[in-house]
Amino acid sequence: MRQYKPQANAQKKVYYSDRFYEKPSLPKESLEAFPEFAKELELLSQEVKVLESYVERGDWVAYIEPKENKKALAALKRMGYEILSEMSAIDYLETRHGFEVFYQLLSMEKHHRMRLKLFLPEGMELESANDLFRSADWSEREMYDMFGIRLLHHPYLKRILMPDDWSGYPLRKSYPLHGDEAAQWYEVDKIFGKEYREVVGPENRDAARIDRYDTTRFARMGHEVPYGEDISLGEKETPIRYQEEGGVVIVEKLTPENSKQLQERK
Amino acid sequence: MQIPNRLQPFYENLVFERHDNQMVINFGPQHPSAHGQLRLILELEGEKVTRAVPDVGYLHRGMEKMGENMIYNEFIPTTDRMDYIAASSNNHAFALTVEKLLGIEVPRRAKVIRMMIVELNRIISHLFWLATHALDVGAMSIFLYCFREREFAMDLMEDYCGARLTHSSIRIGGVPLDLPAGWLEKLKSFLEKMPENIALYEGLLSENRIWKMRLENVGIITPEMAKSWGCSGVALRGSGIQWDLRKEQPYELYDEVEFDIPVSDSGDSYGRYKLYMEEMRQTVKILHQLIEMYPSTSSEIMAHAPQYISAPKEQIMTQNYSLMQHFVLVTQGMRPPVGEVYCATESPKGELGFFIRSEGEPYPYRLKIRAPSFYHTGILQDLLPGGYIADVVTIIGNLNIVFGEIDR
Repeated sequence: MRQYKPQANAQKKVYYSDRFYEKPSLPKESLEAFPEFAKELELLSQEVKVLESYVERGDWVAYIEPKENKKALAALKRMGYEILSEMSAIDYLETRHGFEVFYQLLSMEKHHRMRLKLFLPEGMELESANDLFRSADWSEREMYDMFGIRLLHHPYLKRILMPDDWSGYPLRKSYPLHGDEAAQWYEVDKIFGKEYREVVGPENRDAARIDRYDTTRFARMGHEVPYGEDISLGEKETPIRYQEEGGVVIVEKLTPENSKQLQERK
Repeated sequence: MQIPNRLQPFYENLVFERHDNQMVINFGPQHPSAHGQLRLILELEGEKVTRAVPDVGYLHRGMEKMGENMIYNEFIPTTDRMDYIAASSNNHAFALTVEKLLGIEVPRRAKVIRMMIVELNRIISHLFWLATHALDVGAMSIFLYCFREREFAMDLMEDYCGARLTHSSIRIGGVPLDLPAGWLEKLKSFLEKMPENIALYEGLLSENRIWKMRLENVGIITPEMAKSWGCSGVALRGSGIQWDLRKEQPYELYDEVEFDIPVSDSGDSYGRYKLYMEEMRQTVKILHQLIEMYPSTSSEIMAHAPQYISAPKEQIMTQNYSLMQHFVLVTQGMRPPVGEVYCATESPKGELGFFIRSEGEPYPYRLKIRAPSFYHTGILQDLLPGGYIADVVTIIGNLNIVFGEIDR
């Protein structure tokens, strides 16, 4: 089994990049061109400190301080942003030691969408928005489940998608795609106990393991090796043969002329 | 080998036997009416539900994580597995979000085909909803009628893309194929039969005494509740709020077709049932208009954006540079600009949105899926208390939740 080593970023890496390639960015338009958003920004700035604000692909984006999230959400709700479409976080633990939390809001009167964003340093707790938007109840639980961001004054802060006794936070960049050691042994630990890890054997818990001489795997169809055969001196050749070449005894070759196709269903 | 006391259930802290006339029951996760793997912990007083705690996650496959480790095109077949009743709607929502991020315009014919597929999926989804919901409530024959029509619609999907359930029929930048010969005629004959079929379903259900008793005044979602819970789709329109993204924030060619948005003030399950039926009629109307729009479009079906999207197959096979570009796009993947984008579409279930944070690499840095069913399941904890245990089945069925989408 591959040994599990904790990594700051266990995500898939780009294997080739052009040295001279400069990444383009989406235009961050100034709010001056959008008087309606500018008006709303003014109202929002009266309540909380807005660190940065721009329009990206038609959505108004505003950055605030993490402590003022509830105040800002309440102000936005008064402005007509009545629906919290979704909220979650982006993991920047490796580079900036924290998360970026975003709230995607919708105003049905004005047909506006806005994104309230804040940077949350690692370990800091966020105030729950559950009493402003009930949809935050489950979204925050999901965020806690996936990133380990703890929320204050949440009525029922428990894991939502993962089992209650799961260890680790799956959507963090440090969490490997095939799961960490605890994930690999989760069922064995739970059903039989940790001491049974040796009995079960690590090879049986590796999802990516391929047993070369496993005769039961269908992926080796046509190249099977009988169980127990000595293959230390190499396998027997199994050339690929096509039945059609010499004709098949029972099966008649199907030609388009002889087959009947239904034009429509009854 | 198994140690009996080692396997402890999660709900060990729940007391199932009580002395205060209350009962706690587990509804699911293997309940046939739960439409998948939903576990509800219900606290009952007699037959009345006093508290409901939905427990989801039995179908969690980590799609967001998978998306962050795949190139953009690779993720499309995975989106099929979210709302598997209407797979193309997921493909469409994802493709639309990536297109918004790239800033590319899809050719007109591709838009028409996309709308046709998505609307056909809406019919498939609504028929499935009606069939299973009616079956839950106790009407068997309607199930058979709905599945008959759904089969014809799925045949059409099969003719187009070869798949019946997991379509992957929409690509970033357009659609993979033009419509096959004779497809529009088949669609037309399907649509011509649809109104009388809808009338048949309504004839069986609308004035049916049992159906009305089970649905009327059951699961009432007030407008405030709907807004607060982020309801969308029929659950929102059933509460008297006129909001359909196809009308309010039109994408593709929805601003060119004529259709109405049915709204119900009742907020109960019966009102939502009526909306589903009316929506099917409107979808038929949209599809008829799309059939008229199709012939006047030029034959392009993929956007021209060589930096992001492979050239047509002919060009790849004949021109060296197109082949090189195609090789890079398949092996490394496209590199969209740095930035964030959120794009929402009106899927049959409600507002299906994707949020993508791109760092300019072939893999999205963060991909968040906003599934409508997720919030429609969350609302159960506010909706079920006060009702009876028999209503639980009606409400779950009526909200049209699909667990592939909730757990992702």
